[in-house]
Amino acid sequence: MTVQNRQIEVLRYDPERNDAPYFDTFTVPCKEEWVVLDALTYIKDELDPSLTFRWSCHMAVCGSCGMQVDNKPTLSCKAFVRDYGEKIRVEPLANFPIERDLVICQDDFMEKLERGRPWIIPEQKREVDDGPYVQTPVQLDDIKAHTMCINCLLCYAACPVYALERDFMGPAALTLMYRYNADSRDGGWDERREVFAGHGGVWECSFVGACSDVCPKHVEPATAIQKGKMDSAVDYFTRFLMPGGGK
Amino acid sequence: MQVVETDVAVIGAGGAGLRAAIAVAETAPDLDVAVVSKVLPMRSHTVAAEGGAAGVIRGEDSLDAHFDDTVSGGDWLCDQDAVELFVEDAPKQLTRLEHWGCPWSRTPEGGVNTRPFGGMKIERTWFAADKSGFHILHTLFQTSLKYPSIKRYDEFFSSELLVDDGRVAGVVAIEVRTGEIWCFKAKSVIVASGGAGRVYPFTTNGAIKTGDGMAMAYRAGVPLKDMEFVQYHPTGLPGTGILLTEGCRGEGGYLTNKHGYRYLQDYGLGPPEPSPRKKAMELGPRDRLSQAFWHEMQKGNTIDTPYGEAINLDLRHLGEDKINERLPFVRDLATSYMRADPVHVPVPVRPVVHYMMGGIHTDIDARTSIEGLFAAGECAAVSINGANRLGSNSLTELLVFGDRAGKHAAQFARDVAPADNAARIDAQAKDCERKIETIYAREERKESTADLRRTMADAMEEGCGIYRDEGRIRATCETLADLRHRLPGTALKDKSKVFNTDLLSILELENMLEVAESLAHSAYARSESRGSHQRLDHTARDDDTFLKHSMAHYRGDQAPEIGYLDVVITKSPPGERLYGGAADAKAQKVEAAE
Repeated sequence: MTVQNRQIEVLRYDPERNDAPYFDTFTVPCKEEWVVLDALTYIKDELDPSLTFRWSCHMAVCGSCGMQVDNKPTLSCKAFVRDYGEKIRVEPLANFPIERDLVICQDDFMEKLERGRPWIIPEQKREVDDGPYVQTPVQLDDIKAHTMCINCLLCYAACPVYALERDFMGPAALTLMYRYNADSRDGGWDERREVFAGHGGVWECSFVGACSDVCPKHVEPATAIQKGKMDSAVDYFTRFLMPGGGK
Repeated sequence: MQVVETDVAVIGAGGAGLRAAIAVAETAPDLDVAVVSKVLPMRSHTVAAEGGAAGVIRGEDSLDAHFDDTVSGGDWLCDQDAVELFVEDAPKQLTRLEHWGCPWSRTPEGGVNTRPFGGMKIERTWFAADKSGFHILHTLFQTSLKYPSIKRYDEFFSSELLVDDGRVAGVVAIEVRTGEIWCFKAKSVIVASGGAGRVYPFTTNGAIKTGDGMAMAYRAGVPLKDMEFVQYHPTGLPGTGILLTEGCRGEGGYLTNKHGYRYLQDYGLGPPEPSPRKKAMELGPRDRLSQAFWHEMQKGNTIDTPYGEAINLDLRHLGEDKINERLPFVRDLATSYMRADPVHVPVPVRPVVHYMMGGIHTDIDARTSIEGLFAAGECAAVSINGANRLGSNSLTELLVFGDRAGKHAAQFARDVAPADNAARIDAQAKDCERKIETIYAREERKESTADLRRTMADAMEEGCGIYRDEGRIRATCETLADLRHRLPGTALKDKSKVFNTDLLSILELENMLEVAESLAHSAYARSESRGSHQRLDHTARDDDTFLKHSMAHYRGDQAPEIGYLDVVITKSPPGERLYGGAADAKAQKVEAAE
């Protein structure tokens, strides 16, 4: 196992003590197979217990450890140090307020997630005795990629619209809404319409596609949002332009 | 101190906690539920479960078969009344989850698909590719959002239960963002805070799994049951301990030693066949497979890797299409973290601490010995898992017993008469606040939290690993006592109130040391071998003495007291655990005799 010293440059900020963020640099003997998160836990255990960051699963599924690594939104548990230079810069995810060091405030996202009504709104209530819905593999495939979101928020850090427009629901929340709208078991389009297609909804997206580029789970938020725009246009057409509102 | 008055408080927002909260909201929409979790719900470790959840759904399957597999898999230490209701409720719970939107993998006709799993006689594991826990957790979390009576307190670290005169009164928690102490006064409390795999050095468990709820209940006077039973999952990645699901073997993967030989045939699991055969070879139970690894290592048949000894998990014969459809996450994990693409090369794996069969002692309604206090999920021991849990029973357990905990906690909150104990409860909450202040006030940092944690974890692996003996367990007990003694020598380098993880790591270490001590002493006292608890100095199962649950009672600074409780047997008397050809031969013999 080869070990190489790397300089880990970390943004620090404690609202109780600092007026503004600053950088600390730590020299860390990184093993060849380490990820950036391993370097951070090394710092916390051996060099500075006050370094503050979120993490848990270390296998890219809990979504806790999103950070800017060399200025790119990244899951630090899947960012191998061998893929970076001798010096690695680690900062909190962009576009969010900083709570402390690498910890961001996620309240805005949590509020938006909930506002999207991300649960099955069935057309007809189904009882346990009725058994599972029939959903074919083709119907599942329509939504499968979009169900994979781990809420790591890398897409918000990459999104140029969210950077400027705080009302924008953002890639993950809209993708989740699309995922439920498109689920063969769901009939909740009308309840979600205003949030999905109104102010802050899909039409704010300028289709840069940065969300899909940084997504560690291939959720394809950019695709979901474009498909959502299509659905919204068809919905508008059927409601207002078709005789009898398409009924 | 902030005070919140609620009807039901739930500690933990993983699968069990969310399912419990939903059960309260559905059955008693007028009751307030406070879900207090040290992480955001979607970070809870349920997220990392991969393979699936067991529930009888196929025509050729039966509840009796699921019962038999579970009870024999648990080496007859399961409470059979609990297993009976568990297998009966399992398909209903999984169907509820389907109605809530869980993207279960499907048959071509659009039904729910199932896959084989270790120790299970028939394909009864519902799966969502190889991210079943992730989908279950997110489905529960998203569904929980629709109930206005559920109020979440995300990133609140629960530090102590409030108990007066044998009855629970709430929980004290630290708001991580501000460092402020909150007192949640509740009529009933559900502990659903997960396991404690982090007491070991090499585990599939996330950083958050430090046994907080187990330790809180234990300190409050509830015994921890069957703590010596620790599951090693046979297929973790060396170095990181990242889990590769049993679904790999359910889909037909082989385990081979350094000679390319499917060695499990030498351990009563053969004969080997090309495609997966239920309850044989690679689809044997986890305890047997991890024990076989240990023996292969003694024989020098394992592979020397830079991260320790390993054997190979070979999936190549499944082909790229099947791997991509059924095991995409496994392919991603092995390729990223091990640089071994299972489509092209075998993946080195080794047993890794995965799950605690033991936990907070509850009855079949999730009640503990403290009135109004309930527990469900990995932190609890009902027990349906006995001495060895079968893969894919734990995700179902979260649902079945989370639901029961929620319903019974709601009922209790409705029925209970108000207690006249406000002054005493306030004083207890104040004590909790003072304890945190004391930690802040310690000036001299004589001990490093990280060093103590490492020493604990290494001692656990040494004394309470796959194979154990009296001498090594005793040494571990001594190390743990010493560490508990040294814990007050830790101090904070970080004195900030904001998101102080230095403080949380001391509190977590305290919890882990107490849980570890209950585990080691239970292992010491059980001088037999059963399921996952294997003693080199007592190699046989001893039903006369030990067909009993271990009950570890907290005694402050002293070592725990270990008592015993009879196992509930309803219809399956203890028998021999047989897998592979040996099970067939026995079945034929029984048939001939009849």
